[in-house]
Amino acid sequence: MSFAWAKQYEPKSAFTKWVDEKLPLPRLVYNAVGAGYPVPRNLNYMWNFGVLAGFCLVLQIVTGVILAMHYAANTEVAFGTVEHIMRNVNYGWMMRYAHANGASFFFIVIYLHIFRGLYYSSYKAPREMIWLLGVVIFLLMMATAFMGYVLPWGQMSFWGAKVITGLFGAIPFIGEPLQIWLLGGFAPDNAALNRFFSLHFLLPFVIAGVVILHIWALHIPGSSNPTGVEVKKESDTIPFHPYYTSKDGFGLGVFLILFTFMVFFLPNMLGHPDNYIEANPLSTPALIVPEWYFLPFYAILRAFTADLTIPFTGIVLIEAKLLGVIAMFGSILVWFFLPWLDKSPVRSGHYRPMFKKFFWFGLIPCMALLTYVGGAPAEEPYVLLSQIATAYYFLHFLVILPIVSQIEVPKPLPYSITEAVLGSDDKPGGTDGGGENPQAAVKPLPGSDPDGSLQPAE
Amino acid sequence: MTIRLAGILIGLGITAVLVLWSLIPGAYNYAFGPPAEKPAYYVFKEKPVAPEGGFSFDGPLGKWDYAQLQRGYAVYKQVCSACHGLKYVAFRNLQELGYTDAQVRAEAATWNVPGIDPNTGEATTRPGEPTDYFPDPYPNNVAAAAANNNAIPPDLSLMTKARKDGTNYVYSLLNGYVDPDPEKLAKAQEQGFETPMGLYFNPWFSNVNLAMPPQLYPDLITYDDGTEATVPQMSADIAAFLTWTAEPSLIQRKQTGWFVIAFLIFATGLAFLSYKQIWAGKKSKTK
Repeated sequence: MSFAWAKQYEPKSAFTKWVDEKLPLPRLVYNAVGAGYPVPRNLNYMWNFGVLAGFCLVLQIVTGVILAMHYAANTEVAFGTVEHIMRNVNYGWMMRYAHANGASFFFIVIYLHIFRGLYYSSYKAPREMIWLLGVVIFLLMMATAFMGYVLPWGQMSFWGAKVITGLFGAIPFIGEPLQIWLLGGFAPDNAALNRFFSLHFLLPFVIAGVVILHIWALHIPGSSNPTGVEVKKESDTIPFHPYYTSKDGFGLGVFLILFTFMVFFLPNMLGHPDNYIEANPLSTPALIVPEWYFLPFYAILRAFTADLTIPFTGIVLIEAKLLGVIAMFGSILVWFFLPWLDKSPVRSGHYRPMFKKFFWFGLIPCMALLTYVGGAPAEEPYVLLSQIATAYYFLHFLVILPIVSQIEVPKPLPYSITEAVLGSDDKPGGTDGGGENPQAAVKPLPGSDPDGSLQPAE
Repeated sequence: MTIRLAGILIGLGITAVLVLWSLIPGAYNYAFGPPAEKPAYYVFKEKPVAPEGGFSFDGPLGKWDYAQLQRGYAVYKQVCSACHGLKYVAFRNLQELGYTDAQVRAEAATWNVPGIDPNTGEATTRPGEPTDYFPDPYPNNVAAAAANNNAIPPDLSLMTKARKDGTNYVYSLLNGYVDPDPEKLAKAQEQGFETPMGLYFNPWFSNVNLAMPPQLYPDLITYDDGTEATVPQMSADIAAFLTWTAEPSLIQRKQTGWFVIAFLIFATGLAFLSYKQIWAGKKSKTK
């Protein structure tokens, strides 16, 4: 599962030879993130976020396990045990702030990781499986983060849980029984809090499992790169260690500086003041908003303000609430089909003039707008803005991408990664091998005819 | 091809439903319908303001002003504690305000906390000990509501974190029992605004009609350190004290932050240099 020129692990001492025979774990690490994994030499800083996401997962598990030692999932005492952690547990405030802000930073990193994938089309063949597993990880993260936010049992915890589980009530026929079954009652209470805690503890380990699959799937074709041109020969790659370990080390340092700045100086900035008020089922907050990282999807949920009716008859086909729920889940499910919606054989957005315009002037402002209006009250003009942005979101993925990939004329691609980095490389004919056809700078995607215009620039 | 065609159809379908049923009627309403009315009290609402000179604990280099925290504690004890609890704070925590062990013991003993009679087992009260938490002024919410015109005085432990810009909010609110601006009042009254009996006008409160009467009057209490007890002074002192109760680790947090970030900047600098060293010669001009 690697290139032919990948370095091989050679145990030197008697002990490492012995270990390698019994359990070749050092060999696995060597091949996965060591010198035995050749990586394209031209990865830019956007390729740091996979490692950072892994770091965030470990950080959340470590801080979370420590918090769980002092927390009690019971509606009578949950809020108090969180305050106990903040006040009486040694450095408990640090653990809790690191965990709460860690969730935010995990999502920042994941969003940048996803946007990297969208811009450089990392989801295209042969890497579809990596992308699909990534979407699964994202969905699991959303579930985990949502349940984690309920645990402190503040006002936003309670009302957020009520609103989000209420979404299941919109499903026709089975909605209401399903909602009661999920909550273990008619409203969020002890049963719900307890199961949310249980699942919040479990899911990160499920995520870790899917992350292993994600990385496994990555090691089969190897990393993508900013040119989108596949690796052809040894000079296109460098070993992961020490080159990318050192680069990721620097990236991790920058990440930690920003992260600790938030933890120590602005720990409550990304939270909501209402969550420092203990949950009270009798008092509804003026504005119920989810955590910032759910706001785009919350905006899509709320964009559908009217039932789908047959005009002039008053017959309701689909209720507005259900439309919103379908759209919200659909907005993420659409990512599962992305590898087959975007058929352009060119991967990198850098060489796709039309795609690039829609990405920077369409999708990015659209996501920013959705985040903004998701946190705004449900009144005009925010509703109108959320509807425009939601319409663009679906048009972008379902209509614009398929059409653009059909009609766009991409810019000429470099012959190889080496040429992209050094400015020159052996032209076709003088190939030094690598097992691939050097003419095909871009592998044609299944189902599309390779087109002359996509051949490497001469 | 099938997937893309289906995608385009579904995409156009979702957009059509959204635009035709929700967006166009909504936009029409927004453009030609009656303007959405904000509640009448909106004209009065004020953003929290800081006292002149701010607080000693503001900013990344902030420090507690122990004299101010002790004054704030005096305000809490003599004024607020009649109705508001402080249930997440223990008497032992008062040591962090600069009191000695003996002072904390003596101070705790001035409070009555719920206890059990050792002979009869009946519920009773006893003098507090450092390990006790501040007692709630009411036995339960029903009693609290009954004694306060149906409004339950909230626990103050976390008040400055439970409101936006909480420290300044507490200061502004306590210092903010003013008469409504006559012009705004005339306008709001047209929309049916009033301050009902038993409520008090305060533009810093969420709906500007607050159940808590004004509590602070000049020279209401005598500070041990001789500071003149003006209303803004007492408001600032209690706001500082409640900032401490909401987050006793505030200053420790910021100080730890300096060490952590200084170390990380150093370590990241080293990481950057080793990254450059390792990559030297691997990168050349691209174009």
